[in-house]
Amino acid sequence: MIPVLGAIGVWLLGWWLNSRLASGPYADTRMVRFLAPLIFGLTVIGIWELVVRGLEVPLVILPAPSVIAVRFADSLPTLWADFVQTIIKGALSGYIIGCGSAFLMAIAVDRWDFLRLGLLPVGNFVAALPIVGTAPILVMWFGFDWHSKAAVVVVMVFFPMLVNTVAGLREATAMQRDLMETYAATYWQSFLKLRLPAAMPFIFNGLKISTTLALIGAIVAEFFGSPIVGMGFRISTSVGQLSLDMVWAEIVVAALAGTAFYGGVAMIEKAVTFWHPSQRG
Amino acid sequence: MNTESTTPPVIEARHLDLTFQTNDGPIHALKDVNLTIDKGDFVSFIGPSGCGKTTFLRCIAALETPTGGALTVNGMTPDEARRNRAYGYVFQAAGLYPWRTIAKNIKLPLEIMGYSGSEQNERVKNVLELVDLEGFGGKFPWQLSGGMQQRASIARALAFDADILLMDEPFGALDEIVRDHLNEQLLALWARTEKTIGFVTHSIPEAVYLSTKIVVMSPRPGRITDVIESPLPKERPLDIRDTPEFIEVAHRVREGLRAGHADDE
Amino acid sequence: MRGMRMMNDGFKAFWAVLTVLAVIMVFWYAACIPMNIKGVLTEQERAGAEVLPPLAKDRRDMSEFGLALNNSFAIPATWEQDRPRLPAPHQVAIEMWETTVQKKITSKRSLIYHGWVTLSATMLGFAIGTGLGILLAVGIVHSRVMDLSVMPWAIVSQTIPIIALAPMIIVVLYSVGIQGIIPKAIISAYLSFFPVVVGMVKGLRSPDAMQLDLLRTYNASRSQGFWKLRLPASMPYLFTSLKIGIAASLVGAIVGELPTGAVAGLGARLLAGSYYGQTVQIWSALFAAAILAACLVGLLGLIERTVLKRMGMAQ
Repeated sequence: MIPVLGAIGVWLLGWWLNSRLASGPYADTRMVRFLAPLIFGLTVIGIWELVVRGLEVPLVILPAPSVIAVRFADSLPTLWADFVQTIIKGALSGYIIGCGSAFLMAIAVDRWDFLRLGLLPVGNFVAALPIVGTAPILVMWFGFDWHSKAAVVVVMVFFPMLVNTVAGLREATAMQRDLMETYAATYWQSFLKLRLPAAMPFIFNGLKISTTLALIGAIVAEFFGSPIVGMGFRISTSVGQLSLDMVWAEIVVAALAGTAFYGGVAMIEKAVTFWHPSQRG
Repeated sequence: MNTESTTPPVIEARHLDLTFQTNDGPIHALKDVNLTIDKGDFVSFIGPSGCGKTTFLRCIAALETPTGGALTVNGMTPDEARRNRAYGYVFQAAGLYPWRTIAKNIKLPLEIMGYSGSEQNERVKNVLELVDLEGFGGKFPWQLSGGMQQRASIARALAFDADILLMDEPFGALDEIVRDHLNEQLLALWARTEKTIGFVTHSIPEAVYLSTKIVVMSPRPGRITDVIESPLPKERPLDIRDTPEFIEVAHRVREGLRAGHADDE
Repeated sequence: MRGMRMMNDGFKAFWAVLTVLAVIMVFWYAACIPMNIKGVLTEQERAGAEVLPPLAKDRRDMSEFGLALNNSFAIPATWEQDRPRLPAPHQVAIEMWETTVQKKITSKRSLIYHGWVTLSATMLGFAIGTGLGILLAVGIVHSRVMDLSVMPWAIVSQTIPIIALAPMIIVVLYSVGIQGIIPKAIISAYLSFFPVVVGMVKGLRSPDAMQLDLLRTYNASRSQGFWKLRLPASMPYLFTSLKIGIAASLVGAIVGELPTGAVAGLGARLLAGSYYGQTVQIWSALFAAAILAACLVGLLGLIERTVLKRMGMAQ
């Protein structure tokens, strides 16, 4: 029972700390904005650990954070192999192909009004569909290895990226277009010097949405068939063997990969669109 | 062709018509517009909104296509003139690209027109001096005040040596004090560069202070109701606005505007 | 005049969409030929037809297009195969017709039955997730402590494939005796929860300083400020995130059906189809899911328009 009381104590302590921080004189500083969520996260982990130990929750229902950490440290080679298979080979290659082809398509859609009228409603429609359901078909076509996962990712990121890029390429104002007209600029001059830079905030929005979709696609597609490596494979087999500590370790990897991927794209965005009001702050 | 002047006119409009087809039916934006602008003229277009002053300027710039009549710029069609980079255009808003520094913004037309790198730097330096923005070339537009941004956009229009400058209410969004200052600078610049300037404005004092020729327009249909040749000297300090001559010209403009308004009601 | 023009514009867009759809159809039928030709030729050979080249070994190394040209008689059969790699559109349409209209909805083969299983889990989860999400958003807006400690995690959660938790939730709940609709609804709930939290916080914070100051001049209480300003102002944001949330809920319910051994639901149909190579069944389940998603998002869009119109926030 004592650990459970301890859990309540940890909760009270965390709450008290954050209340102090929030009402203190430094509430708006970067430090507090960083510390408060960290304290909250540590509090949750502390409570989790103590409750699982105190109530002796069986491993097959919820492993304690310490158990997960040990499993993580012990299985680094496996986790790394899964990471390479799913994130680098599956998600990343699909992300690059999908976003790249959507970008090229967006240029065509922007150039020909008929395509915009016809393709954009279809694109908007498809972007809301549960595209991850195409996974069994693509696994059948491209085999169990990462190619089929990359294909799922391509289909998943294509339409959100297309819709965002097209919206971005139309972002330049009528006045800015007229200015290009007065210089007698060619289509490609006006594209490279005006419309493409003006579209960057939208393009990066699409790229950021797509990072999460890429990971979802690559992991879920492995539930429909995979070689004996990969994060989705590891999760589904470990669930079957009731070794939930391994499942949680994979989820930690997925969380780290997801935030790192998103954070990386967001950092490039900051460098490229430093001029946009949302980045100037 | 105008037989009185020795050089051919820079801009000449004969029976110019422009009708827009809109959802609410056709709109007669310009009707039977006749106007001659000579080299070195400073011509203001003034009138209430909808009188076609901006539309006429856009026709000269080949941003709109007239539906009737004839219009020549430097003896060519407006579109040919545009392709020959015959004019610089200044919009109501500065419209500088936020992702380029001031210097890079001024280089934009030069890049498009294929000037060499050293030539670009040379010209940027010259026009920044011309609009009193030395030392600001490395700043981004959003780090500058509205008046400075508008000066940068004028520099951008001057950078490629077109002899026509078309300005569409360039100071409309600025406050009175900044505006006075910029008007003074614009006159000095005009005297130094001897460009032909077309200038759209809402303000009677601004039009009278700046122009050698004031074109008064009225709406529905957009047309010219009066063309006033200014008797004011070329040298114009700000306090010229208190002289009887100035007030006389302003009075005539106001009369012209009222006349155009009266037959509309 | 105006009405006519708007109809013309709509007409143009309609034709453009129709053309794009027609092009997709043509491509689809065309793609069936190379996708299915090898399987068809093997079947035809078994049935005794003359196939060029006659040896299966030679055919394996040939391009699909060459095979189709050599054996043009077999092309119609590529649209009629029993288990094609790519079923033709009409095959999917027929399958959908047979499994909806022509089956009793209680039948295990009825798509309506499977669709309902998925839909009910989606709706239950969506309701839970949205309700909790709105509550947390209200808490975050009113409590500085919660804003500082919880909000960053809600934002980070958007960048993580949290759907990876799904199989574990199903199995763990199963091991403590909970199964059926609840585990799937939980997955649907947490997938719709975070978008709603983030969107709703944005919406509740959307009134500008001037509007908040106005209420302060009236000496309005916090709850008055919430009901009269923040909540109405948040509606457009709420609907935007609801549309994202319901799509996520549906994906959650479908994925939640995968690890249970595939008993019922659209996800189960997908998985069973991929086990047994029933491609037509996969495609029809996929289209059913797409139609379901489109209906749900469309319905929310309709509610959005009606509500915002009544509130005077849309035309």
